[in-house]
Amino acid sequence: MELLVATAVAAMTAAGIYLLLRAQTFSIVLGLTMVTYAVNLFIFASGRLTVNQPDIIVNPTGTYADPLPQALVLTAIVISFAMTALILVMSVRSYFESGSDLVDLFGPEETVSKDRR
Amino acid sequence: MNHWMIFPILLPAVVAPLIVLAIRNDIVLARIFSIGCSVALLMVGGYQFGLASDGVIRTYAIGNWSPPFGIVLVLDRLSATMLLLTAVIGLFVLLYSITGWDNRGRHFHPLFQFQLMGLNGAFLTGDLFNLFVFFEVLLIASYGLMVHGGGGATRIRAGIQYVVMNLTGSSLFLIAIALIYSATGTLNMADLSRKIHETPAATQAILSVGGALLFIVFALKSALFPLHLWLPGTYANAPGPAAALFSIMTKVGVYSIVRLFTLSSVGLEWVLPAALATLMIGSIGVLASRSLGQQASFATLASMGTLFVAISGSNSMALSAGLYYLIHSTLCVAGIFLIVDLVIVKRPGFGDALVESPKFPYQGIIACMFFAFAVALSGVPPLSGFIGKILVLKSTQGFPNWHWIWLILFVTSFVGLVGMARSGSLLFWKCNTTQLDVALFDSNNPSPQVNSIPSPVASSIVLQSVAIGCFFALIAMLSVFASPVSVFMKETAEQLYDSQKYVDSVLGKDK
Repeated sequence: MELLVATAVAAMTAAGIYLLLRAQTFSIVLGLTMVTYAVNLFIFASGRLTVNQPDIIVNPTGTYADPLPQALVLTAIVISFAMTALILVMSVRSYFESGSDLVDLFGPEETVSKDRR
Repeated sequence: MNHWMIFPILLPAVVAPLIVLAIRNDIVLARIFSIGCSVALLMVGGYQFGLASDGVIRTYAIGNWSPPFGIVLVLDRLSATMLLLTAVIGLFVLLYSITGWDNRGRHFHPLFQFQLMGLNGAFLTGDLFNLFVFFEVLLIASYGLMVHGGGGATRIRAGIQYVVMNLTGSSLFLIAIALIYSATGTLNMADLSRKIHETPAATQAILSVGGALLFIVFALKSALFPLHLWLPGTYANAPGPAAALFSIMTKVGVYSIVRLFTLSSVGLEWVLPAALATLMIGSIGVLASRSLGQQASFATLASMGTLFVAISGSNSMALSAGLYYLIHSTLCVAGIFLIVDLVIVKRPGFGDALVESPKFPYQGIIACMFFAFAVALSGVPPLSGFIGKILVLKSTQGFPNWHWIWLILFVTSFVGLVGMARSGSLLFWKCNTTQLDVALFDSNNPSPQVNSIPSPVASSIVLQSVAIGCFFALIAMLSVFASPVSVFMKETAEQLYDSQKYVDSVLGKDK
């Protein structure tokens, strides 16, 4: 199971980083989503991987599933979900403002903030 | 338990939704509530600053869950100083923005209050995951402020870069938290400080990787080389008041680094090369900038470099110099971004581009303010920038290669000064000659061209100047009362390095 989880995290992180490094907002949003999935799985694994265990300590000598990473993952999921929604809205706005979904800033003659007002 | 401690988080958390839900259509009422909230925050900040200055570390267990199981808020000298600084910056920037910026888009005031809430929470919390949550609160508010009032494709694109950068940083933050939790089984900072030296050698590597990742995340927030690339684009394209408020956001990263690395008693000597590189890039950028906003951003970068030079000293004397410089640079950067905004507003058609332009209204007063802040920012006597740099120079004397650090600090200060002088003379002096030329060559038109520019409402410039003047008054006070302030900072730094006291205050002595 360790190998399965580790390869899943690695594959998603790799795909996410590859997509993050593209210069278009759509790929970047996909990449960010991939990375956050990988991170969520990783946090989950930080409480040790257990199967079919209760998340309270029933008998002090037995094993249990650590409930804290589950709570952390829940928070992380909510936050990353909200952030994905936000960046999607911004990407759409950027597409309508500039007519392309590239993320690079414009050339120097345009960055000399004429449109800042 | 002192319930005032949670007030700086609770009050904006109540006021912001109130403005969104109940009074979103009434800008006057929203302004009243927002200003009222900021004034209350300032008063509570002052009260807590007074409380914390006796050197006792106060804790507040949220929901009365005893640490390390529940989330705990910790108020010591450093957090009280940062709270007060946040409240001051928040109030004055708000004062500036109610002259019109808040009405250019929707929901300025709620976002502003949420940002204050996130900042206050990040400065108060004693829990690593809670720190992450407050980081997200302040970041998501800053994403909104960054693209407030539209501003065209450039600002939206700069905003997207900023968001992507910070979301990647947040992912790294989570990975770091997970690594640290898996190695120590706790996320309470005091508990961590105790446990990291007790972990078995096998998990020590995981812990080190976690600590390094945390440092990378905070270095990204505070724009340390080579993670500084986002800062100039973001700050130069953000709305003026938002950029001014962001001046405290880079300091959240520095605060977190100082907090965690003093608690874990890990030295930061290896930061020095990156700090010097940041300083050099910043000052070269000041000289090479093509607009005033860009220049102010690079000046911010240079000040972060100076700050990190002090922090890399890893002793209480260097840290106290760094903390003095931190307060100075936050006030200074906030003020200069407001001036940049003023220039953009008053120079229609030219914005803040460093090109010659005809004379523009209120040029004299803006020039005076720019001069004052340029003096402070570039570290020329008599203002606090000079005192701060002297303190930093003095603290680096113990370094093995201190003469190189001194050389770089002197040269970068000079380069920054030249850059500031160039932009000041281009913006405020050379335009007079342009106007003279126009009057000479265009003899058919007896009145100079400036008269055709519609004069903005006179009352707004008064409030705007008052807001900027308040920042300047604080800088002047920081210069006049440099001795008591630096004594306080020395006590703060000593309290930070006495990590055992922090642990005892949070967890109780018996453990």
